[in-house]
Amino acid sequence: MLLRYRGGEGMLAWAFHRISGVAIWAFVVLHVIDIFLVGAAPDAYDTLLVIYATPIGIVLEWLLGAAVLYHALNGLRIIVMDFWPALTRFHRQLWYLNWLLFLAIGVPVSWVIFGQFARAMGWWPR
Amino acid sequence: MSGRYGRAGRSRPQSGGWELAVWYLMRLTGLGLFVLVLSHYLILHVIYDPAEQTASWIAEVRWSSLFWRAFDWLLLMLVLFHAFMGVRIVVADYTRGGVRTVTLMALYLLGIVLFVIGTLVVMTLPNVVPDA
Repeated sequence: MLLRYRGGEGMLAWAFHRISGVAIWAFVVLHVIDIFLVGAAPDAYDTLLVIYATPIGIVLEWLLGAAVLYHALNGLRIIVMDFWPALTRFHRQLWYLNWLLFLAIGVPVSWVIFGQFARAMGWWPR
Repeated sequence: MSGRYGRAGRSRPQSGGWELAVWYLMRLTGLGLFVLVLSHYLILHVIYDPAEQTASWIAEVRWSSLFWRAFDWLLLMLVLFHAFMGVRIVVADYTRGGVRTVTLMALYLLGIVLFVIGTLVVMTLPNVVPDA
């Protein structure tokens, strides 16, 4: 449906917003429970932290950051168009601006997350 | 379904009342979360390495000040409202009838449970002060 329906940028922006939103919701459920464990079962939390620090965990952490950043920027785009409807004409340009900001912020942040990944893999010293 | 979504987000409900209030609150909490979530991720995943954030680090360092506890509790309140009201829209789009009612009830129940356990831990976790 995502690739066959010719909805263009507006539909893709909506689909990515929905997918990233549901993914972030799922992480929030997990994250509130893991932080609850800090008080209820600190050892269980520390065990979970070791799992989070594995290479797979760090890739998921990186994807979470990407989902949050996309959802935040596109959410701002939605708010701008909701309260300034004239700008809806430029919804494509605003979406491309989103991706520009996404890369400008995401690339340096990725470098730091990659540092965590490299340490988890033993490529870089701790 | 046609006309329900413009190129912006969900179109402003014409009915007024609760639905209109939620529509505005999604945007208001969204603005708050833009600042709070991005700074939360920047501090805890970029400036500090998550691998070092053990249970004792949270108790003794991260939550050693009322400011950060209040910051994280505000973040929790905004994110629970925004995430659960958002997923409510998704559920309503893909379900109907009894399945929708049961799914939404389970969703709200989960939201209430997270509100309770999240509030409990941020407000009651003791700071174990190391020996001077």
